Amino acid sequence: MPDRREIDIEVMRYNPETDSEPYIQSFRVPFDEDTSVLMGLQYIKDHLDGSLTFRWSCRMAVCGSCGKMVNGVPKLSCKAFLRDYYPGKLRIEPLEHFPIVRDLAVDQTDFLEKLEAVKPWIIRKDEKPLSEGTYLQTPEEVSSYLQFSSCINCLLCYSACPQYGLDNSFTGPAALSLLHRYNADSRDEGKSERMPLVNSEEGVWGCTLVGYCSEVCPKQVDPAAAVNRGKVNSTMDYFLRFLTPRGGVDS
Amino acid sequence: MKPMKRSNEPIFWSLFGAGGVVASLVAPALVFITGLALPLGLLGPDALSYERMLALVSSLPGALFLFVVISLLLWHTMHRINHSLHDIGIKAGLGGKVIFYGLALVGTMAAAYFLFATPL
Repeated sequence: MPDRREIDIEVMRYNPETDSEPYIQSFRVPFDEDTSVLMGLQYIKDHLDGSLTFRWSCRMAVCGSCGKMVNGVPKLSCKAFLRDYYPGKLRIEPLEHFPIVRDLAVDQTDFLEKLEAVKPWIIRKDEKPLSEGTYLQTPEEVSSYLQFSSCINCLLCYSACPQYGLDNSFTGPAALSLLHRYNADSRDEGKSERMPLVNSEEGVWGCTLVGYCSEVCPKQVDPAAAVNRGKVNSTMDYFLRFLTPRGGVDS
Repeated sequence: MKPMKRSNEPIFWSLFGAGGVVASLVAPALVFITGLALPLGLLGPDALSYERMLALVSSLPGALFLFVVISLLLWHTMHRINHSLHDIGIKAGLGGKVIFYGLALVGTMAAAYFLFATPL
């Protein structure tokens, strides 16, 4: 027998061209065991109000596009299911700490600038030619950065981070995790280019280790651990620069 | 991007971290000894007597131990309070650093004075 229950979804709406401030609109949506929160929003857009605006792409927790606040908690809406909120209702809002473009779509510009600033790519002093083959790593060298490479830039950690909410000059969990991912990679030689950012107040020192970022991460990245390793690196760099000409940074 | 200014936080974070080790490993034992074992009579009435305590603070290892416990726990506590103020939205800024780290510094200097400057 088909399972067709209905649940109330309250959605925050905001059109900056016509609305003076955001407001809540309620919809009643049918669902079954397999209906994700994202599918609930798609039902609203297809059947109830075609003007509802939200981002999504892959539907399977890979692309990082569909992050929303669900009952006040940052979630990937494709990875959260309506059944888990029944018989209660849902309140879906745009990701916290970001400006709203329209309805549930937020402006990611601030994060994208931060992401670029951490230089999230492998930096080599001399690129060796392809004829010399690939860069080899031991399993241990891979494991030192692997979990941090799982970040999908979904911004849930930025919505979770109270420090970013208080002062968005803080570089934030995902960008600092990716910074650490490249600093910890044995193939990378760009640590000295990234350390000034790590060492600054806007870098790892803006964090007070609340740890909510790691709790909400849908890919088990543990940004709090990456930031804390950054604090250890920055502390070494701070004191060792008096002992070695190039500080604690590899030359 | 504007050039980044190096934070002096590593100094305070190192003291905070060292204080955290003391707070998690040594402090519980001290709480147990002074707060539970002694009042419950597990140690005997003279365990923390004046003479024994005087002997403790008069020996260099004993004085060093007390200095480390007092000063690092102060740095740890003051760092945590300073950052907790930030967490609840109070921007203490430089004034907060001066007050809280200043208190830790005063406590550290007082501990050093009373433990080491008076004749052992």
